[in-house]
Amino acid sequence: MVRMPRFVPTLDRKLLRDLWEMKGQALAIAAVVAAGVTMFVTYLSNFASLQQTRAEYYDTARFADVFASLTRAPSSVRLRLEAIPGVERVMTRVVADVTLDVPGMAEPATGRLVSLPDAGRPALNDLFLRRGRWIDPNRPDEVLASEMFCEAHGFGPGDRVAALINGRRRWLTIVGVALSPEYVFAIRPGELFPDKRRFGIFWMSGAALAPAFDMEGGFNDVSMALGRGASEPDVIEQVDRVLAPYGGLGAVPQRQQLSGWTLENELAQLQMFGFITPLIFLGVATFILNVALTRALTLQRSQIAALKALGYANTTIAWHYIKWGLVIAACGALLGIAGGAWLGSGMIALYNQYFRFPVLYYRMSTDVAVASLFGALTVAALGAWSAVHRAVRIPPADAMRPEAPALYHQRLFEKSLRLPIASRMVLRNLERQPMRSMVSVLGIAFAVAVLFVGLSFIDVMNLLVNQQFELATRQDATVSFAAPRSARAVHDVQHMPGALDFEPMRTVPVRLRSGARTRTLAISGLPEHPSLNRLVTRAGDALEVPPEGLVLSQMLGDILAVGPGSTVQVSVLEGRRQVLDVPVRMLVDDSLGLQAYMRQDALHRLLGEGGTISGAAITLDPAQTEAFYSAVKTMPAVAGVALREMTLRNFRETIDQTMKLQIFFNVLFAGVIAFGVVYNSARVSLSERSHELASLRVLGFTRGEISFILLGELAVLTVVSLPVGAAIGYGLGQLIMAGFNNEMYRLSFVVSSATMARAFLVVIVAAALSGLLVRRRLDRLDLVAVLKGRE
Amino acid sequence: MYASAQNATGHPTSEPVFIARGLRKVYVMGEVRVEALRGVDFELYEGEFIVLLGPSGSGKSTLLNILGGLDVPTSGSVVYKDHNLTAAGEAALTQYRRSHVGFVFQFYNLIPSLTARENVALVTELTPGSMTPEDALGLVGLSPRLDHFPAQLSGGEQQRVAIARAIAKRPDVLLCDEPTGALDITTGAVVLDAITRVNRDLGTATVVITHNAAIAGLADRVVRLADGHVVSVERNTTKLTVGELQW
Repeated sequence: MVRMPRFVPTLDRKLLRDLWEMKGQALAIAAVVAAGVTMFVTYLSNFASLQQTRAEYYDTARFADVFASLTRAPSSVRLRLEAIPGVERVMTRVVADVTLDVPGMAEPATGRLVSLPDAGRPALNDLFLRRGRWIDPNRPDEVLASEMFCEAHGFGPGDRVAALINGRRRWLTIVGVALSPEYVFAIRPGELFPDKRRFGIFWMSGAALAPAFDMEGGFNDVSMALGRGASEPDVIEQVDRVLAPYGGLGAVPQRQQLSGWTLENELAQLQMFGFITPLIFLGVATFILNVALTRALTLQRSQIAALKALGYANTTIAWHYIKWGLVIAACGALLGIAGGAWLGSGMIALYNQYFRFPVLYYRMSTDVAVASLFGALTVAALGAWSAVHRAVRIPPADAMRPEAPALYHQRLFEKSLRLPIASRMVLRNLERQPMRSMVSVLGIAFAVAVLFVGLSFIDVMNLLVNQQFELATRQDATVSFAAPRSARAVHDVQHMPGALDFEPMRTVPVRLRSGARTRTLAISGLPEHPSLNRLVTRAGDALEVPPEGLVLSQMLGDILAVGPGSTVQVSVLEGRRQVLDVPVRMLVDDSLGLQAYMRQDALHRLLGEGGTISGAAITLDPAQTEAFYSAVKTMPAVAGVALREMTLRNFRETIDQTMKLQIFFNVLFAGVIAFGVVYNSARVSLSERSHELASLRVLGFTRGEISFILLGELAVLTVVSLPVGAAIGYGLGQLIMAGFNNEMYRLSFVVSSATMARAFLVVIVAAALSGLLVRRRLDRLDLVAVLKGRE
Repeated sequence: MYASAQNATGHPTSEPVFIARGLRKVYVMGEVRVEALRGVDFELYEGEFIVLLGPSGSGKSTLLNILGGLDVPTSGSVVYKDHNLTAAGEAALTQYRRSHVGFVFQFYNLIPSLTARENVALVTELTPGSMTPEDALGLVGLSPRLDHFPAQLSGGEQQRVAIARAIAKRPDVLLCDEPTGALDITTGAVVLDAITRVNRDLGTATVVITHNAAIAGLADRVVRLADGHVVSVERNTTKLTVGELQW
């Protein structure tokens, strides 16, 4: 027993010593609380850190509010943009995508060349120079290169990369490594994760860049800062009007700028996870706290009676026991806050790999800490309350008497099955208190459920990969042209070395509008019977696109508030820039991004064009991929090549890196829950039944036999809980996926049988371990002491 | 102040502490209906020592619990001095127990996680004007065992801690339910000696339940219960000391 300083009130001494007595159980509960709080703190502190970092970075780098791309406009148009009410500052640039030939890499990469002002720093979207120096405007080959790309290739100041500009190989010399608020998350349009090796951004002198793309005295990219109180939709509308004659591709606000949009989605997801996952854990903690305390209070029945007889008021006694819960929860929360801060700072490093900020530091905010402590205490009070309320309510004279022996029943099946006595005891005990058995089953089931959810991420991602890379895009390479080309371009592609099968692609940049809702994206024209690029639903069904009208992602339909039968206004953002009303035929529940599809022939008719194509899907002869790579690198019309193999590998690597850690902790925490619940149930059964079990030992039962009675019960509970947990896990998974889904991706919850087996195994092992621990106590049962004491 | 109580038979001159009239108590336990008290009249005077005798199930504990405010009668009335316990609510009963009553139970009901001193402190912290835990434990001869936990004490010592805990607040009544029921004769004698000393020295009105008729010799009056009725009330002309009891 622990000695305590004098000033500790007597009841609190009792509290601390009682807790010490049940330290195993208390620790198990605290661990579950800690797991929940750890997750809460990890996710939310990361959310807060990223959010704050983003805000500061956007601010110091003067990240623009509105972005627009266009074909080409003369420099004078800039004045008209500046004249738009609400526009505070305008920066015009030349931006061009080129194919890169990186030394030591066979496959082609995409380089984005961005012009820098002739003198001084950019007025908007300023760069952060990580290493090296700024470019010398008089040296046209000097560039600043994006950090991620440099890292992936080990490039630094002094290294050179070849860019294919208009069919000519041109060497770019890296003089500095830079970061931009526009490319915090540097992905190519249409991809999910940054491809560090195959996508690089290069900032260079405008004077050097413009002539190569026929942009002298003109620009093809605008960034704008808006004044306070400016109406963003109004500005965008006016910008579009000004830029329309110059091939404007539709202005977008900051939150729809590719990097900004991804970051926004990622943050929303982080915040969502920060609430849902801990909620599950804390829910479980409430639950087992309630169970543990209810049973502990049963054992304290006579003590409660004594306290009442001494004149302690119900509220004092209730508060005393609620404090049990609070102390346990507080310990768990403190542990969790420390764990969360540690894990959070580790996780931020992970974000640092994909999100590039000049500095991304980890901030553990007091808000998050206080909120988690408060949350844990609330949960504990809730869990304790009903247990305490019930125990304290018993009239003192009743509490003084031992509980009446429970009423058991003999069931017919026991006789017909001729079960041995020990098995009968197990069954009757389970059946006698169906509520309690159910509660234990539920507790263990939660562990199964958490594992289901945690481990199934692998299955979910595998399903996505399968859908995306096996069912939807079956080509090995996707070549996109810098500008739409006539049907004759098909021949060029068809005759590239290594090209086997071939499917022309037509994508058209458009702005879709329905009432005040609008989105800027591309319509993909699919062949009548596509064999490579297909429209596949989330369930994995390949759909045929109807002969006329649009097919939209369900998510896009929701954003625009349209459905089958409605009409959307399509403003074509290239060529003749028609504005057309096109009916929506179908909404499709798909997995990635915001998509709009149309039959290719219908799209051609709509645009009044012949067999124009903007790219091609190709399958490759595996023996000739190298030849294909070198050919595509020198094709002047090609703006970019996406390679399935590379994308897939990049995707898997990213998932591996990000998910492994998460899965590890999920398994750890689920193990904690399983162990906590089973250990608690076992300990409580042991303390309630030690008298009975000791009596059996006195009658000559062996240790093994009495262990069977106690642990057999737990084994039955564990087995029953497995399917229950599977069902709960499935429901939770659906719930989490629903929260997970956003404009970037929508996942379906699936669990493979291997995952299921793993989840069951973890729980069984955790249950067995806690069973063993209790078994050790059972072996040490002091027969004489137990029998002498009052039951 | 309890001078009149020194006179063993002199209760008519002193004030009654309890007056109970027509007490009935019915327990309904599942399908079974138990009538524990079937109309009991009872009174206890200041400083008086009463032994309640009766076989198990005669209603002794129920009567004691009602007197102590741990239970309420189904019908009838109990008045403690100027408090009507029959009409009292939960809070009032708690207050009543806290200020006026000391309990001693057959199984001690000590808090196992608290030392002897701390078990007594449970009461002294609660009730103003209590003696110190050390004094209370000294009264029952446990000064050397202050910092022992219940598990480190013998049965008799535990019961004496319980008595110290009951008297530490200087209660007006001491209610003991089979205080020696779990003890052997020698230890029982030590415990009874402690109780009689408290009754004598502090003048605390005391009710002791027992089924051991030998103890009856210690009492001013012996009340016998059977089957929920008071069957006899006898006044002892000569009160014995614990040492004089014939076990």
